[in-house]
Amino acid sequence: MPDATGLELTAQELRDADAESILGTVFHRGQATLLVNPSSVHGVLERLQSKGYSFLASLHGCDYYPEEPRLGVLYELLDMDSVDRITVKARVHTDAPRLASVVDMFPGADFPEREVFDMFGVVFDGHPDMRRILMPEDYEGHPQRRDFPIGGEPVLFTYNEERSYGKWQ
Amino acid sequence: MTSGSTTGSPSPEDYRKREESITISSEPVGETHELLTLNIGPHHPATHGVLRLITTLEGEIVRDVQPIIGYVHTGIEKTAEDKAYWKVIPVVERMDYLGYYFNSMAFCGAVETLLALEVPPRAQYLRVIHLELNRIMSHLVWLGTSALDLGAISMFWYCFREREKILDLFEMSSGQRMHTRYFQVGGVMEDIPRGFEPKLRAFIKDMPTRADQYADLLEKNEIVLQRLRGTCPLDQETLLKLSVTGPLLRAAGHPWDLRKAAPYSSYDHFSFRIPVGTVGDNYDRYRVRHAEIYESVKIIEQALDGLPEGPHITDDRKVALPPRHELATSMEALIHHFKLVTEGFRVPPGEVYYPIEGPRGELGCFVRSDGSAKPARVHMRDPSFVNLQAAAPMVKDSYIADLIATLAMMDPVLGGIDR
Repeated sequence: MPDATGLELTAQELRDADAESILGTVFHRGQATLLVNPSSVHGVLERLQSKGYSFLASLHGCDYYPEEPRLGVLYELLDMDSVDRITVKARVHTDAPRLASVVDMFPGADFPEREVFDMFGVVFDGHPDMRRILMPEDYEGHPQRRDFPIGGEPVLFTYNEERSYGKWQ
Repeated sequence: MTSGSTTGSPSPEDYRKREESITISSEPVGETHELLTLNIGPHHPATHGVLRLITTLEGEIVRDVQPIIGYVHTGIEKTAEDKAYWKVIPVVERMDYLGYYFNSMAFCGAVETLLALEVPPRAQYLRVIHLELNRIMSHLVWLGTSALDLGAISMFWYCFREREKILDLFEMSSGQRMHTRYFQVGGVMEDIPRGFEPKLRAFIKDMPTRADQYADLLEKNEIVLQRLRGTCPLDQETLLKLSVTGPLLRAAGHPWDLRKAAPYSSYDHFSFRIPVGTVGDNYDRYRVRHAEIYESVKIIEQALDGLPEGPHITDDRKVALPPRHELATSMEALIHHFKLVTEGFRVPPGEVYYPIEGPRGELGCFVRSDGSAKPARVHMRDPSFVNLQAAAPMVKDSYIADLIATLAMMDPVLGGIDR
C-alpha cells in the first residue's frame, strides 16, 4: 500500500497531467483511495497503468444512497512488482450513470463491468457487450441498488407465470 | 420485456427473443465447411455446475465459446446487506461452496480491518490450519471431478476418500462438515477439541503418500498425458491482462501468491514453496495444483508444531461473545451477550478491500460500513468469475474434447461465479 504521503504524491502527479481529474483522496485503515472525476476515469487508469499498477484486481459497484452522487464504481489496481494496491473510485448520478469502459486497457474488466451494469445500472461506454450477466435478460431494475426492495418477488411456477414480474401487463 | 404470449407457456420465439443478443450462426465457411452452434449445458456433467456454454464449432474445432452464467445467482451480496455482520458469515460461506473457509476468512478479515481489531496468534494459526485443509479438500474435489471428465472414474473415489477425512476433521472442530461457520470476527468459534491433533497428524502423515499415488495413477497414463500435455496453453501476459490469478497464472510461470506476496494471518511464519509451471498448458495446471497439496501439508505441519497458547478469539467484548460461564456471574457479560445477539456490533464507517489467496486465485472481499450494525455493501471478487473470462482465449482453435479438459483444469465453481 502506498502510505498517506505516497497517495498525495500520486494524486498530485495525476493532477499535473489533468487538473480536473482528481476530486480527493482517502486514506483509511492503510488503504489508499483516489476519488476521480467520472469523465477522467479512463485517463487516470491509463496513467496509473503506465506507473506500474498494471493489474486490475477487482472492479465493483457500490450504492451510496442517500448520498449524492449515489453510484460508485471502484477499481482495485495492483502493482505486482512492488505489491502495492490503490483504489480508484468514481461516483455518478443515477439519472445519467455513464462511465468510460476500461475493457480496452484491461480485458479482464469485461465480466465485472457487466456485473456492475446488471446490479447497479451503470452503463460503460465502449464496452463490447453491455448486457446483463447474472440476472435474466428480461429482468427489470437493478437489484443491488439500496432502494431496490429485498424479498417480495414471487417464485415462478407454471400456475402463476401469467401474474409474474414483467408479464402482468 | 412484455412480448410474452398471453396464454399458456411461452413459445420458442419468446426464448429466442430473450436471447437475441446471443449469436446463433450457421454461416458457411468455404466450400465444404459450415459453422455449427452447439449448446452445452446448463446441466451437463462436464461443466462442473450450472454453466452454459455456447460453442461455435467448425467440424470438431472450437472457433468461439461464450459462457452464459447466472443460473445459480442467489443474491448473496444483497442478502448480506440485510444481516448483522456476524450473521453475514454463514451467508457468504455458501458462495464458493468448495472454499467456505476462504469466503469467511475474506469477510472476517475485511471487517477486522475496518474495526482495526487484533486477532490472537492462536486464532491466526488455527485459521491457517483450516484454510490449508480446505485448500487440500478443494483441490481433491477438483482432481477427482477432473479425472472423471477425462474418463478416469477410480480417481474420483480415491480423492473423495481423503476428502472425507478432511470433512471429519472439520466436523470435529466445528460440528459441521461443510459451511462450518468456524471463523468469527476476531478469531475462531472454539478451540480445537482434544483428539483433533492426533487425527490431523495422522492425516498429514498419510496425505503426501496418497498424493504420490494419485500421481502414479495419472502421470503414467497415456490417455491423461495425451489429453493434458500441450493442450490449450495461454501465456502469462494474456492471463495478467484478463486479471487471472491463482493456479492458472502460476501454471504459466508467474509465481504470484498472496500468501507470500502480502502475507495475512501469519502466513509469513511458515516456510513453503510456490509451485509454478512453464508453458501454461493443461498439464501444468494439473501439476501446479497437485504440487500445492504437498505445500499445504507442510504449512499445516508447521502451524500445528508452532501452535501458540492463548485465547482463540479476541477478548474485545464489543465484538466477540463472552464465555458462557461468565453469563451466570457477570451482569456486564450478560449485557454484552444480549447486545451482540440482538443487534450485533457496530463497525465504524469506511470501506475496505481485503484480498486473500483462495484455492482458485485472489478472493477479495469489499465491505463498506455506514456505521450501523449491518454492512452497507459486501462484494466478493470471486476468482472463478474472473478466471472464466480466460476460457474463450484458451480453447479457441482447439478440439472440443480439449474444451472439456480445459474447463476441468480451470476448476470453476459456479456457486462462486453466480453468487
